[in-house]
Amino acid sequence: MSQLPLLRLKSPVTTLVGSALVILLGLVPVAATLLDDPFMLTLFTRVVIMAIAAVSLNLILGYGGMVSFGHAAYIGIGGYAVGILAHHGINEAWIQWPVALIGSGLAALLIGLLSLRTKGIFFIMLTLALAQLVYYLGNGAYAYGGDDGLTILQRSDFGGLIDLSDKETLFYLCWVLLVLTLWLTYRIVNARFGMVLQGAKSNDRRMATLGFPVFRYRLTAFVIAGTMCGLAGILTATYTDFISPAMMHWTRSGDLIVMVVLGGMGSLFGPLFGAVTFLLLEEILSSWTEYWKIVFGPILLLVVLFARGGIDGAMVRGAAGYALTGLVTLFLMYIVHYLWYDDWVPTAVVLTGAVMVITAIWYRQRKTGGRHG
Amino acid sequence: MTLLLVEQFLNGLQIGLLLFLLAAGLTLVFGIMDLVNLAHGSLYMMGAFFAAVLTEWTGSFLIGALLALPATALLGIVTEVIALRNLYTRDHLDHVLATFGLILFFNELARVLFGVGGMAIPLPESLLTHFEVIPGLPYPTYRFLIILVGLLCAGFLYFLVQRTRLGMLIRAGATNREMVGALGVDIKLLFTLVFGLGSALAALAGLMAAPITTVQIGMGDNILILALVVIVIGGIGSIRGAFIAAVMIGLVDTMGRAFLPNMLGTVLSPADAGTVAEALSSMLIYILMAGVLILRPAGLFPAPGR
Repeated sequence: MSQLPLLRLKSPVTTLVGSALVILLGLVPVAATLLDDPFMLTLFTRVVIMAIAAVSLNLILGYGGMVSFGHAAYIGIGGYAVGILAHHGINEAWIQWPVALIGSGLAALLIGLLSLRTKGIFFIMLTLALAQLVYYLGNGAYAYGGDDGLTILQRSDFGGLIDLSDKETLFYLCWVLLVLTLWLTYRIVNARFGMVLQGAKSNDRRMATLGFPVFRYRLTAFVIAGTMCGLAGILTATYTDFISPAMMHWTRSGDLIVMVVLGGMGSLFGPLFGAVTFLLLEEILSSWTEYWKIVFGPILLLVVLFARGGIDGAMVRGAAGYALTGLVTLFLMYIVHYLWYDDWVPTAVVLTGAVMVITAIWYRQRKTGGRHG
Repeated sequence: MTLLLVEQFLNGLQIGLLLFLLAAGLTLVFGIMDLVNLAHGSLYMMGAFFAAVLTEWTGSFLIGALLALPATALLGIVTEVIALRNLYTRDHLDHVLATFGLILFFNELARVLFGVGGMAIPLPESLLTHFEVIPGLPYPTYRFLIILVGLLCAGFLYFLVQRTRLGMLIRAGATNREMVGALGVDIKLLFTLVFGLGSALAALAGLMAAPITTVQIGMGDNILILALVVIVIGGIGSIRGAFIAAVMIGLVDTMGRAFLPNMLGTVLSPADAGTVAEALSSMLIYILMAGVLILRPAGLFPAPGR
């Protein structure tokens, strides 16, 4: 499918920037305390949780070449497992968490068994359809709020070891789990298993001819990714104290794909860059104007048109300057936004969108000038 | 019981034909250009909004609808020329991503241009009447009109694709794009024309559904998924497949919604039965699709050569 080189996590720039970003994220609670801004902690808790989900999707999408358009289903399953158990008064984490993880793993096994037999667009559509099934299951679960969702009255109880109602503790738990997820992914993709997975992405017939049961390898990766994403679901349910079918709507799956591709597919830290960029942009743009998506949509289009390989790809291609400038600008924007909260007129935003569209036209003419597409 | 069955059959047919109009454009674009266009639902929405605004200006639903069709076709062509043309050589993932961006853009654009509240299209008096299909069963004239227009469009598309030179090129393009280009056909122009046609069909579906529901932001998002299900079940690039799959899904969905609550009502309370039945009938569609794909991985009527 894609001709991107394998194992780009060996790139020193990416590894450096990625590790720095992880450490920076770890310092967020300190910054939040210093600035006395509890909202910052809430925002970055969400960032870290979505990063876990994006990292899990990257395992199958980036390394395995499996474009799953239903990954948000596992967020839902993980979340619903916690919510439903809590609803019945079972708050012990050592019951809730394993049930949620095994549940999402089993769902991934089923979905994978059915969908991995197909290829290309049919795989995309089948994962989407099966995720829609799960979505409507949540919609129809009238005993658990149906369409409206369900409030979780008490967070998981770790027998007093970890107090999840404390915001900083919850953040650090999420952060540690993100680090663990990254480490696990690193180990998986550099092991023999990961090599086979990436080989099958480049050429599955050759891998099959070499004697590897490609289907089984893909299915295993699919289940691992689903389980990891279930973890993100548990954390989402915990930090919002709420579950609803909306958390597994198909546009959420789309968001996850966006994060992975924006950050860089098949790169260890790519999804992390993607999740941070996506959610911070959302935060900043939506505080300027409620019409933020009118800018965000064209940005996506431009990323697809210009920046193949996403943020990570830009760094690897030696355009580290641009990528870093982008990330730094983003953080500066966040700081500026934080210091001077101001309302921008929507027209200015529409203009920005127009400028982007014009850039796209210019790019197209420069690229295709005279040549037949 | 028979009357109810006939009525629900007509409702299912009507939804199925609306779905077909949306899916026909999608399957043509997909079949010929190999482009996954998630923004097709946005054209459906924009078509409905255009019709709503134009109906308000001109005071006539008919004129509004007739003007909305070329307007949406133009919007589709502009979108194709600016954004999508660059994507044909890319893989499906890039298509999904870029057109997902377009959905966000169009939804917000509609919010800026037409407001958050959505709009309603009032029907002229002459269409608010009922019509006895069979004795004892009055059926809304407008819904009957939708069925009629849908069938006419299906006939027109059949004629266009099977009997005209343009249709021949479309079919040839779906089978082997490079070869058609090599034979000296201006593929780019063909792509743009087909995209415009698809956009107009999407707009037709949107503006005909609008008086029954309302015109609102994101109205295309969910029906788009249904249309994708239709073209996957029908076989990508096949108008005939899209027609059969669309009617099938329309019937399954409507029949499920109509009869499941009663069946479930025997074991559940009415309110709960309603919730469960709605979810179940929505699920039936996806179960149908998963079943078809597992048995026939390329859909019911795959275009030859794919």
